[in-house]
Amino acid sequence: MNAPLNSVARAPVATRNNAARRARMLRAALPAVSLVVLLATIFIMQPRAMSYMGLNLMLNLAVPIALATIAQMLIISVNDLDLSMGSFISFVACVAVTLLDQHPFLGWLALAGCVGVYALLGALIHSRNLPSIVVTLGMSFIWVGGAILLLPSPGGTAPQWLQALVRIKPPLIPLAIIVCIVLGLAMHFFLMRSTVGVVLRGAGGNPLAIAKAGWSLLRIKVAMYAMAGGFGVLSGLFLVGLTTSADANVALRYTLLSIAGVILGGGEFVGGRVSPMGAVLGALTLVLAGSLLSFIRISPDWQIGAQGAILIFVLALRAAVNRLEVRPL
Amino acid sequence: MNANGPVRVAFAGAGKSFGAVRALSDVDLSVRAGECLGLIGHNGAGKSTLMQVLAGTLAADCGQLLIEGRDLREGYSVQVARQHGIRCVFQELSLCPNLNVAENTRLMSPALRGFGWRRRAGALIEAMLEQIFPGHGIEADDIVADLSIGKRQMVEIARAFINVDERLDLIILDEPTSSLDARVAEQLLRHVRRFVEGGGSIVLISHILGEMLGTCDRIAVMRDGRIVETRAARDFTHDSLVEVMGGTAREQQQAVQAFASRREQGIPRVQQRPARQADGRSVQAFAGEIVGLSGLAGHGQSQLLTQVLRDCVKHGTGASFVAGDRQTDGVFALWSIGENITIGSLNQLKRGVLLDPDAEQTMADDWMKRMGIRTPDMRNPILSLSGGNQQKALFARALASDSQIILMDDPMRGVDVGTKREVYSILMEEAARGRSFIWYTTELEELTYCDHVYVFRDGQAVLDMPRSELSEERILRSSFAEETP
Amino acid sequence: MSTSSLAALRGKPWLWSFLAALLIWVATLVFTGGQGAGALLSGALAFSTFFAIVGIGQMFVISTGPGNIDLSIPANIALSGALGMKLMDGQDANIWLGVIGVLGIGVLVGCGNFALIRLLRIPPIIATLSASFILQSLAIAYGRSVRVPPPEGFYTFATGRVFGVPYLAIVVIAVAVLMGYVLTRTRYGRSVLAIGQNARAAELAGIRVGRMRFATYVLCAVFGSLCGLTLAGFSGGASLGMGEEYLLASIAVVVIGGTSVAGGFSNVPGIWGASLFLYLLVSMLNTFGASAGVRLILTGLIIIAVITAVSGRKNARA
Repeated sequence: MNAPLNSVARAPVATRNNAARRARMLRAALPAVSLVVLLATIFIMQPRAMSYMGLNLMLNLAVPIALATIAQMLIISVNDLDLSMGSFISFVACVAVTLLDQHPFLGWLALAGCVGVYALLGALIHSRNLPSIVVTLGMSFIWVGGAILLLPSPGGTAPQWLQALVRIKPPLIPLAIIVCIVLGLAMHFFLMRSTVGVVLRGAGGNPLAIAKAGWSLLRIKVAMYAMAGGFGVLSGLFLVGLTTSADANVALRYTLLSIAGVILGGGEFVGGRVSPMGAVLGALTLVLAGSLLSFIRISPDWQIGAQGAILIFVLALRAAVNRLEVRPL
Repeated sequence: MNANGPVRVAFAGAGKSFGAVRALSDVDLSVRAGECLGLIGHNGAGKSTLMQVLAGTLAADCGQLLIEGRDLREGYSVQVARQHGIRCVFQELSLCPNLNVAENTRLMSPALRGFGWRRRAGALIEAMLEQIFPGHGIEADDIVADLSIGKRQMVEIARAFINVDERLDLIILDEPTSSLDARVAEQLLRHVRRFVEGGGSIVLISHILGEMLGTCDRIAVMRDGRIVETRAARDFTHDSLVEVMGGTAREQQQAVQAFASRREQGIPRVQQRPARQADGRSVQAFAGEIVGLSGLAGHGQSQLLTQVLRDCVKHGTGASFVAGDRQTDGVFALWSIGENITIGSLNQLKRGVLLDPDAEQTMADDWMKRMGIRTPDMRNPILSLSGGNQQKALFARALASDSQIILMDDPMRGVDVGTKREVYSILMEEAARGRSFIWYTTELEELTYCDHVYVFRDGQAVLDMPRSELSEERILRSSFAEETP
Repeated sequence: MSTSSLAALRGKPWLWSFLAALLIWVATLVFTGGQGAGALLSGALAFSTFFAIVGIGQMFVISTGPGNIDLSIPANIALSGALGMKLMDGQDANIWLGVIGVLGIGVLVGCGNFALIRLLRIPPIIATLSASFILQSLAIAYGRSVRVPPPEGFYTFATGRVFGVPYLAIVVIAVAVLMGYVLTRTRYGRSVLAIGQNARAAELAGIRVGRMRFATYVLCAVFGSLCGLTLAGFSGGASLGMGEEYLLASIAVVVIGGTSVAGGFSNVPGIWGASLFLYLLVSMLNTFGASAGVRLILTGLIIIAVITAVSGRKNARA
């Protein structure tokens, strides 16, 4: 039986705590395990991928998706959802290839403004108690509209420095991997280990308790949204650095990819249960799944379907792990 | 007992209104250093409101809030309260379920910072848990969501007693023992005594008179938003407390009514073996019987009820459930009182395939009268009712249905004495008409209404006695005993 | 606020959407000097039909509680449109086959969605999203061949009007009335609303939560499929991208119509009001000569303004 009543008869105290703990650890390990399995499959099928160049090629586009996933995760950890992430990143990309390239000052101002808009959204959603899904749905129209006004037809040029930046080739380990590791670790220490992170996550778990303990939920939400906006900007910049030009729809699919990444990484939609490391791993998994599909020459018709199938498969694994867990009443 | 310490906090003429409702009026009350002050009263008497004002989560409209002689009412807040060493453990749990025990400790102790804060927070909370609740079985890195409700309550209480570079003078405990079993509650009350003997102050709110009388130095009784009586605890008795609260201090009807077992004839209507039962014993309920489930809280009684409910729903025999935890298990918050009642009996209200609004209204009005639900109109939102009346609506939902089996999950939690008496008599009537009740209760005196009592321990029914053999001593003994007697 | 006027407001949250639609209609007419009032209304009825039908399905799903949402609607529309046209094969005699086939697809999609939610215990957003990936692939694989036009009879039905009122609109208004009764006056509807408010309490009140959710996802998918079929008929054939705008639109009409996104509180008339509003809004902006970018920005701003205004009355998200 599923459903709301998940009462399992009382187990002796020690074993119950241990069972819960074991299930939690397994769940935390799942994103890493699925990524390793995926990588191993790819390397077996295409040994050439196991090289600096191969990894670089496969993972290049992973960085903007990882950044977008982190942004989405920040929003999800305060029990909201951002359905405008993809259009926002597209908008940033359009700003980068137009304003930022021609009038750098204006460009930076616009990007700072974007972060400001996100902060405002956080304030609006919190103070009027609005459903984030609907507000960000409205925002997605606004970002796309803005992008079309800025860049009516595909084109533009990313600033040279940006292109150079994302093409740095550090020795031994490709840039994409370094960025992902640094991003995951930094966010892990910030959100999971620091005292600030505890308060931010607590606001997702039990907002009332956090407010009673004397923290301002408004400030927490504004901070989370502003940070999400910041990571969205970074994602957009990294993306155009790679693609060098942009269009208004360049990153629309990032909305769904970022949500899927957070979930694949072990995050849950409510209750402030998120994992930054998991989110980064989830994003990598999604990207590599795409590569795997092209390696095994799946007809392009079925590629998107196969991606869905992989998502379902990983989630099925998680369901199996969850079944091990013994929850107290 | 030390009841002569200096006054630490005092209300003078404090008042608070919610719209037209005066929740507090003209409250004068002081808490001294080194005392445990009990605060008692009916639901809606204003205890919780008063304590929320003291904790800083609500602001008083008028009067004074004197802390060490200074009036701090203007601009008072949770922060100001904490700066003056005042903390509160509220009735509803305020832990973050997604964080672990140590992290939850940190939320309340901003002074825990810098490198190694987790380790320090963990050590602090484990030490405090050990001090208050020896043998608690909780670890600092347990995620709160993985803990049982009683353990969460223990963490919550221990957290309030932790002190890192701050003042800690007064702790408000609002129904702290509600989710604790008797042994753990005892541990807590002993700690309360230790704390006040060390010079701290406690304000204790509890529905359990014995707890109040045995733990408090002074007891203040509230009624209708006012303090009506403050006396030393030793000057009160069970009866005088109930009397001052305004409860009709009738003699308890202890006389065991003539007991006639209904078990000789026929087959049981319910026969359910608890999921963890090792021997062949099962819980049975016959037609017209009230069956009581007893034992320490959280020993499998609620699980048995949900087991029975699921089986009945699955087999289409129909059973109704009266929740004790109204907000999570019972009430549909967006609906009217009427809709909350009729949801249990929609099949009876159909005319063709559609529900008949007139029949619904009639059913709602009938049950308003029958249960004495205090509202001008059953179309008002359920949340416009006080807790006790919401509970009556939940009883009405179950009783209005055509189910012959009614399951009750400690439904009198936080219900005032008057309401309880009304409901008891209706239950007796319904049982006399042939309905079967399975009633989990944490209050021993409610068991006197039962024809048959099962005592639970570790998920098993360990004792099974008809009313003629009912004894408090036997219940307690089997709740604690290591082996089935 | 007195309880009676609060109750009155609680009873009619859909009024606002109709008022807004009316306001925009009038604003457009003021701009055009009153020309084309009837045509505008007739067009609005025709196009709103599709919003309304997916909106009703989505509304039932959203009503079953926080987190319940069907993201597979666009893929479902694309697949159903393609399948329906192919089954009908341009022959009037095959219309019944197409309709039955599409209904079957709807039921299957709903079952699939719910199976994922139930068996994998994953949030409906992710379940229906994953399902939509697969449906989309099916639609691509199945519908890539030449575009099959709808049979003559079906095309006439989908585009025809009587006194300026499209046949389709009449049918969908009837469906809306029916679903309105289902929501408020049947055991199923009550159960959905109860589950949306408190699923645990609903189960303890004897409601079979799983079955009700199952029925709701199937209902939503069937409505999505019917939308796909009629949309293909209306636009003279199925195309792969024809469902795209219906994801956001289906959610937008539910919210603008006064349904609580937190579940347990919804109404059917509001779906129609909101559908008319959305269509009229776009056509007003077109009339004003706004560019695509401006039109999108204004649409977005209005959605946000509406939700801000609507939530001033009642707290939505739990």
